[in-house]
Amino acid sequence: MTTSNATVPAQHGMAEHSHGAGVPIQIRSARLRSADVADFGPVSRVEEQYRYITSERLAGLDADTLDEYIGDISIKHPEGVTTAWVGSDHPAFGGAGLPEDRPSAAAWGSAEQAYLVTIPGDAKPDCEVQIGINSETTTPSALHVIIDAKPFSRGTVILDHKGSAVLGENVEIIVGDEAEITVISIQDWDTEAVHNSAQFAKLGRNSKLRHMVVSLGGKTLRVSTSAEFTATGGDVELLGMYFADAGQYIENRLYVDHAVPNCKSRVTYKGALQGDKAHTVWVGDVLIRMAAEGTDTYELNRNLLLTDGARADSVPNLEIETGKIEGAGHASASGRFDDEQLFYLQARGINEREARGLVVRGFLNEIIQKIGNEEIESRLSASIEAELERSGS
Amino acid sequence: MAILQIKNLHVTVETEQGTKEILKGVDLTIRSGESHAIMGPNGSGKSTLAYTIAGHPKYTVTEGEILLDGEDVLEMSVDERARAGLFLAMQYPVEIPGVSVSNFLRTAKTAITGEAPALRTWIKDVRGAMDALKMDSTFTERNVNEGFSGGEKKRHEILQLELLKPKFAVLDETDSGLDVDALKIVSEGVNRAKEANDFGLLLITHYTRILKYIKPDFVHVFVAGKIAEQGGPELADRLEAEGYDRYVKA
Repeated sequence: MTTSNATVPAQHGMAEHSHGAGVPIQIRSARLRSADVADFGPVSRVEEQYRYITSERLAGLDADTLDEYIGDISIKHPEGVTTAWVGSDHPAFGGAGLPEDRPSAAAWGSAEQAYLVTIPGDAKPDCEVQIGINSETTTPSALHVIIDAKPFSRGTVILDHKGSAVLGENVEIIVGDEAEITVISIQDWDTEAVHNSAQFAKLGRNSKLRHMVVSLGGKTLRVSTSAEFTATGGDVELLGMYFADAGQYIENRLYVDHAVPNCKSRVTYKGALQGDKAHTVWVGDVLIRMAAEGTDTYELNRNLLLTDGARADSVPNLEIETGKIEGAGHASASGRFDDEQLFYLQARGINEREARGLVVRGFLNEIIQKIGNEEIESRLSASIEAELERSGS
Repeated sequence: MAILQIKNLHVTVETEQGTKEILKGVDLTIRSGESHAIMGPNGSGKSTLAYTIAGHPKYTVTEGEILLDGEDVLEMSVDERARAGLFLAMQYPVEIPGVSVSNFLRTAKTAITGEAPALRTWIKDVRGAMDALKMDSTFTERNVNEGFSGGEKKRHEILQLELLKPKFAVLDETDSGLDVDALKIVSEGVNRAKEANDFGLLLITHYTRILKYIKPDFVHVFVAGKIAEQGGPELADRLEAEGYDRYVKA
């Protein structure tokens, strides 16, 4: 087991780390953002973005160009919601952000069209959009999805990834003024799938976004989620849950950019690991800029290591440029399965396997219960059962 | 009639200073319906005895045996011991985040009896036991031991004792951390469960006050990993008056 924690306040989260070539010192806001893959150097450990991932793991997603995604996209949505394929000249394209690393830029430039889902301003809270991404291809492919939640809209968008794929994906989430939106991205691929997803959210005035990343199946799952406030009163909750098996690599990168006053952010990610060379990475960057007075932020990552041979890296980085804030904090802990919990449950007659299941379910439940959608909750519970079953623990 | 026999039990624990022997030859026999109090000063090994019976992996038995109706308890895993009828009410029950009391109780009951309890009678049983222990009905929705007060933790332990119906119950300092009212409620719960199920009781305590509510048939004074003296309830009265000094100095 390995855990690493940056010191606080960390300027960039790299100071404690030494590389032969030397990691360039850089504040978070100064990181390169570009739609052009040529602006990014190769995937290499000297760059913070690739500190844990390797080019080999990305299975071609870091190439200059990818194929356009040709897999199946199914959609279910209520009346009023519209969908369309749009070109890069569409105003929504790039409306929520720009790539910050090579795989994201490769997918950005390779997807000539984006799948645009528009949630109208009169959409009510029960508006639920399901986007099923069901791929069977193993050629490195690019997909671009844009969720445009218009001002005052309400609703939930579920991105459901299944099948086999080597997919480079960009998801833009535009949250209009006063909108309240939930976006759930589920990675439940076949075991050999490789998926790099960059998800960008831009929040308008008094808007609210609840974003959730659920990573279960797939060989390499790397999801980078960023949230940027453009006006006061924004509220973002970034939730994540992952379960890594033997040989599986799951990376979650978070970036919350507090650029304007009086916004709130909460980041809560929990992961369970089991099996040899199960590896998870969580990097949580929060930047509170000079102008962002009244910011209230807290980020948390917890990892539960069920067996030996698994590795969880957890790196919270908090960069604060003003002292006039409501609150800023973080917590990160990675621990082994607690033998005292096991003893307590076994002392009540529950066998070891079932006791482990109870504890893991309990550990991840905190996140699952926040989804507020019974169908998805029970599906995720079933997926966790299957993960536990697979490992025989 | 069930019988729990502890014979010449020696137990060690690994410490930073190396292996340390905590129990140095304990002999004790408990039968169904009997109440035994084990009293002793801090560090005498009382809790070690409790946890060794339950099978905590921290303790190593180097000599002796524990038999439940002739069956070798030391060969059993922790959960096998519980299913065989042993119950330990813990002094410091651990929190299990995300696992509700109702889920936990039902899972434990199912494990002990080998089948899921019939829902309607089960809910009635749980409610009844909770009412008797003066526990609020919302208690079952909370996560196991999470944010419980000291008194709530102990009530929760005794609730399990009532519902799981063991053959032998070991209560490890169940009286600690309880005010007089809570002590009374918890003690009544133990007495009620014992009357209903006629289990053998091993009550481990530092103080005599719980013995006002739970009357022991036998009192054992535990000093330096062994039973130093045993007698009837009158021994507890003497300890109340004199304390443990004479044993510790001896």
